[in-house]
Amino acid sequence: MDLNYSQEELAFRDAVRSWLEKNLPEDLRRKVANYEHLSKEDLLRWHKILAKKGWVAPAWPKEWGGTGWNVVQRYVFEEELGYAGSPPLIPFGLAMCAPVLLRFGSEAQKKRFLPRIYQGEDFWCQGYSEPGSGSDLASLKTKAVREKNFYVVNGQKTWTTLAHYADWIFCLVRTDPTSEKRQEGISFLLMDMKSPGISVRPLILMDGAHEVNEVFFDDVKVPAENLVHEEGKGWTVAKYLLGYERMNTGRIGESKRQLAQLKEFAASRIADFRFRDRLSRLEVELMALEITNLRFLDRMRRTGQPPGADVSMLKIRGTEIQQGLSELMLQAVDPAAHDDFSSSIGKKYLSTRKTTIYAGSNEIQRNIIAKMTLGL
Amino acid sequence: MNFDYNEEQQLLADSVRRFLQGKYRFEDRRKIIAGEGWSPQVWATFVDMGLTGLPLPADYGGFGGGAVDLMGVMEAFGEALVVEPYLPTVMAARLVARGGSEAQKSAILPAVAEGRMKLAVGYDEKHRAVLGAPAADKLVMAANGGLALVDAGKVKMKPYRTLDDMLAADVALDGAPLEPLGGGAAALEEVIDFGTALICAEAVGAMKFACDTTLEYLKTRKQFGVPIGTFQALQHRMVEMFISHEQAKSMACLACSKADSSENPADRARAVSAAKIKIADSARHISQEAVQLHGGMGMSEELKVSHAFRRLTVLARQFGDADHHLARFASL
Repeated sequence: MDLNYSQEELAFRDAVRSWLEKNLPEDLRRKVANYEHLSKEDLLRWHKILAKKGWVAPAWPKEWGGTGWNVVQRYVFEEELGYAGSPPLIPFGLAMCAPVLLRFGSEAQKKRFLPRIYQGEDFWCQGYSEPGSGSDLASLKTKAVREKNFYVVNGQKTWTTLAHYADWIFCLVRTDPTSEKRQEGISFLLMDMKSPGISVRPLILMDGAHEVNEVFFDDVKVPAENLVHEEGKGWTVAKYLLGYERMNTGRIGESKRQLAQLKEFAASRIADFRFRDRLSRLEVELMALEITNLRFLDRMRRTGQPPGADVSMLKIRGTEIQQGLSELMLQAVDPAAHDDFSSSIGKKYLSTRKTTIYAGSNEIQRNIIAKMTLGL
Repeated sequence: MNFDYNEEQQLLADSVRRFLQGKYRFEDRRKIIAGEGWSPQVWATFVDMGLTGLPLPADYGGFGGGAVDLMGVMEAFGEALVVEPYLPTVMAARLVARGGSEAQKSAILPAVAEGRMKLAVGYDEKHRAVLGAPAADKLVMAANGGLALVDAGKVKMKPYRTLDDMLAADVALDGAPLEPLGGGAAALEEVIDFGTALICAEAVGAMKFACDTTLEYLKTRKQFGVPIGTFQALQHRMVEMFISHEQAKSMACLACSKADSSENPADRARAVSAAKIKIADSARHISQEAVQLHGGMGMSEELKVSHAFRRLTVLARQFGDADHHLARFASL
């Protein structure tokens, strides 16, 4: 048993770390550290710096721009990004649409979309949730009717993150309302956000931020060539994506950075052992999660198999830790303070409540472990 | 990075587990507790398997093993709720190995490895609740600001069983001849960290049993015409137990490997205390939930799960509870 990275892995980490020191723009790093709003330009600027370095899509096959790194290196890289305080890489194109196209897309679709995703030329968003279909995604109602060589789409998506930035949306739509198994009537469709009939309405969350949207489809004509995989096989595609590598959902690097930051600005509170013990318990949970994460990676590397359903525990504990950190941060700032940092800590606390809800609520994650891992 | 046991460690853990599953079943254990509180036959098997020699120096009949070498064994002990005075013997022997004179080491360590001698440790000068003392031949006792060896036959003991049926005694030195043992506070702290790492692994084993048996119960116990494990309220609690166990296991890995490899005592202490915080919290969580999810049966003395509850309750506090280790963790 050896919990340490190998010499090679450490050298890799150090190389990534020192590259980030030199290439992560200071203004972006400061925005992230202060929990300030990141504009579309901020996000794309960072995306393009990584794309230029050849590091924006490490997990892709090499022919499409992947780095050829193994699973441990990819994990180390992503954790270093979080630890350094880089802006997030928006996953909808890089880590969701692209893997789907690589697995199920036609050659034409790959050639058309992948290079543009890589270069940050197309901004993607994800059309899954609907007003009546959250955790019970397979009940979705947005309808796509085939007419000659296009589909006509009608319906509504919601909670669509960054739809107001997006050039494209990938959607789960119902192509066969009559199929007996409701999963079998669903298809995976790519749509140009500029298509006539698509409209986006902001949903403002309690922190005042505009991040998510409602997206309405009113007789939107989508070329049939934008169907991914076969008609009626959309659920297979969605399930593939759920099982796709989710080794960084714990976001350990980011939480480690925030913990260190919290220790600094909460220094005076730490003298209070009640606060100190809450902080220590959180730190211990984070230490444990990092090792648990490494145990998953070690198992994947040895077996060459994707992780089992129990990998959901990384999302559950990782988001709980993020919320715990934001709660302690809120506690540590002076309630009477009205400076920018204190106010962004307040907003961060509000915003972080979403983490246990999005990307499959933590209750859904527990359902998954109960069913798939424990056999209940 | 590698979280597997090596082949030797895995073989040993497997054979210990096989032996315990065959000869240390719940009923066997019950008889041992009703009798002397430890079993000479079981001890002899431990000796044959090399367990008594494993953590001792090779120069004195041992195999020079560390905490990681014992981790799989301790997990198996935890699963079977072993009550034999193994840990006190190992810890006392490590103290002798660490601070003993040539003569002390030669007299004691090979005898321990060969199964001719069992030991116990009194960590502070109150000499209360000395685990394993009633079965021990020699005691390592905190005395006169240092450590001393004393023959168990020469002291006065008030033996009893702890909350989890382990053998213990309050010891009165009562003028018994003391033989000073070197090492001092640094040795004591190092060995207690070693022991703490081991009980982290043992607790992880007991947690695994508690989780496994609760999961089995959820699948077989029927109410309202269905297995109670079909109820989401219980499924989610079971999942939390499962995650709690995995997180505890991760920290036990950290504690054992740092207990072996740390050159810096503060680094080791910080890892061990972090682990004990997590293990104490998980032990409490898992043991309490295991009883609750078993319903009334969880309270019954007839089910092993209630014994696991008692063991985990004690392990959570042994060598310092979560509060103790939170204070230590923050001070480092």
